[in-house]
Amino acid sequence: MFINFFYLLRNYGVPVSINEWMTLTEALCRGLAFSSLYGFYTLARSVLVKSETHFDRYDLAFQHYFYGIETPQELTERVMKWLEHALPPLRISPEERKQFQEWDLDELRRQLEERLKEQKGEHHGGGNWIGTGGTSRFGHSGYNPAGVRIGGESVNKSAVKVAAERKYRGFRADETIGIRQFEVALRKLRQLSSKEEGPKEELDLDETIRETGDKGGLLHLVWSRGRKNTVKVLLIMDSGGSMTPYMRICSQLFTAMNRASHFKDLRFFYFHNCIYDNIYLDPTCRLSNSIKTKSFLQLFDPEYKVIFVGDASMAPSEMLMVNGAIDWDVMNEEPGIIWMQRLAEHFDHSIWLNPIPAYYWDRTIGYYTIAMMRKIFPMYELTLEGLEQGIKKLKVNK
Amino acid sequence: MPKVYTSFSGTDDYIASEDLQNSVNIAVALGRPLLIKGEPGTGKTMLARSIAKGLNKKILIWNIKSTTKAKDGLYIYDTVQRLYDSQFGDHDVSDIRHYIKLGKLGEAFASTEQVVLLIDEIDKADIEFPNDLLWELDIMSFDIPETGETITAKHRPIVVITSNAEKELPDAFLRRCIFHYIEFPDEKMMSAIVNVHYPDLEKQLLNEALKAFYWVRSISGLQKKPSTSELLDWVQALTVGGISPNKISKELPFLGVLLKKDRDFNAVLQRLHSQGAQKKTPAPGFLRNW
Ligand SMILES: Nc1ncnc2c1ncn2[C@@H]1O[C@H](COP(=O)(O)OP(=O)(O)O)[C@@H](O)[C@H]1O
Ligand SMILES: [Mg+2]
Repeated sequence: MFINFFYLLRNYGVPVSINEWMTLTEALCRGLAFSSLYGFYTLARSVLVKSETHFDRYDLAFQHYFYGIETPQELTERVMKWLEHALPPLRISPEERKQFQEWDLDELRRQLEERLKEQKGEHHGGGNWIGTGGTSRFGHSGYNPAGVRIGGESVNKSAVKVAAERKYRGFRADETIGIRQFEVALRKLRQLSSKEEGPKEELDLDETIRETGDKGGLLHLVWSRGRKNTVKVLLIMDSGGSMTPYMRICSQLFTAMNRASHFKDLRFFYFHNCIYDNIYLDPTCRLSNSIKTKSFLQLFDPEYKVIFVGDASMAPSEMLMVNGAIDWDVMNEEPGIIWMQRLAEHFDHSIWLNPIPAYYWDRTIGYYTIAMMRKIFPMYELTLEGLEQGIKKLKVNK
Repeated sequence: MPKVYTSFSGTDDYIASEDLQNSVNIAVALGRPLLIKGEPGTGKTMLARSIAKGLNKKILIWNIKSTTKAKDGLYIYDTVQRLYDSQFGDHDVSDIRHYIKLGKLGEAFASTEQVVLLIDEIDKADIEFPNDLLWELDIMSFDIPETGETITAKHRPIVVITSNAEKELPDAFLRRCIFHYIEFPDEKMMSAIVNVHYPDLEKQLLNEALKAFYWVRSISGLQKKPSTSELLDWVQALTVGGISPNKISKELPFLGVLLKKDRDFNAVLQRLHSQGAQKKTPAPGFLRNW
């Protein structure tokens, strides 16, 4: 069955909007794909993809869709098909559909056909695809003015082969992460106090000057309410032995959190596999440096947003049994699962970040307890994308 | 006779890859802002200057700071001056128009010819800043309530926006832009760039410098990888210092020009001296103890 490139991109995880798709069609109809499939490849990318972290997905989708297509004619046929089939209406939201209707499809189709007619008379050696032959508006020679050739033989370059090189793989947000990218993601975790609450305590200089000016120089002070981030965060990390392979990524998250200066309050706590009567203040998890989980719940009101980090992988008894805790000196009168549920109920917003890739959650050795933990907390991968999704979850009201 | 369109293909002082040329020309043709992202030093700011030069247009530069507000780009009402004048001056303070000063976007709209407008480092501003600009960039017009005037673009400016990706930009804003990511240049491209700046550079020196430069960049964990600007400075230092090319990789002379952070400087020197004597770290035992 014919699948539109648009949907293929979305299926591959490139967040293309109808708006951008329309822009691409407009560009095609105006002959901006230059003279080759490679021209189309770069045009579509610059219009549809707005982050280098999505370039790799674009490459994958492009390969999938255009595999085997080498000549401008074959591409043209594809594009005509898009216009014939437009977009299956079922799969777009009503809001998007509205924009789509405002778009004069017939007019675009007519323009494109005209381009094609013009093109028929041309020889196809250089492949003047939907270009205005001879008047090509864009330099595609690949030469820079200093005389050095940059970019190579693009006219003959197979766009599919370029896509197959997947040279943007390293930019994928789900594969590469760094402290800074975590920081960027964490900045989204903010909720500003509204202008309507709190005392007016900031001098609004602009308004003061303006008012004073309007009153002919009679000093008139204007006060306003500042807007501040109201988000308070608790980061609670598993520091047990099974977390060792993920130390690097956990410490990146930790550093990023620590650097984030925009939270109203931020506290760190630790546990080993599961939380019981005590919660630890440092990663060594010694009872001598811990507080009672009960008092922890009194200390931090439900508004605190809680992020658990851990592999949630342990022996089932550690969650389900009295005295099931892994550490020999810890006695628990209630099973860990009760404590975890208590925590989940107390706080309005909590998420779990798991450094094990989601693909393995139901097949790793710890699958049983991972499944139990997922019933209690929404779980995300500890990757940039997972963190972003988790942050969204922390911001919506239950 | 086919009509000749103006199109951008780099300038004698700026090397633009073919992909970049295409992106510029697409943005110009569609009248959309061109959003340029890339590591610092990849020539984002310079691109806008080059576009202006290549297309023979004037450039207006709006440098964004953390405190910049979208409204600053439209116009500024200089109430302080008006207040001052009302007390001490002999100016006519009743005419507000004397105290309205157009911002860069305002200037670009008011210009009698098409200009290139560079909005440099948009990610420095508040997260909402780009969204606040959307409306004016879309309809190319804005009102000045103080005077009742409306400023409408006579010619849609060519808008180039740069970002170092310090903050994520809002989706609504991104959807309207043409996006281009300037990749860090490969050796071939880089040698062309250096050539543009130092046409008379000795070939062997350039090759050796590039080799060392990419080796330094390949070291993981640097706080700040050296970029094009640092390479250009370094090449100059090497030339002025009369360094013989075969010493460059071995000794990394004037390393401080490439690396500004002490920690990086030391890390690279250490690597340089321990080369050859590298030990492989054993893979961690994967014994699963929960
Ligand atoms: N493609 C290029 N062609 C010529 N010079 C370049 C190029 N890219 C970078 N440079 C040089 O590197 C320096 C840094 O460029 P700049 O535009 O300030 O980078 P950015 O704005 O991306 O941080 C400039 O002084 C410029 O001379
Ligand atoms: Mg710059």
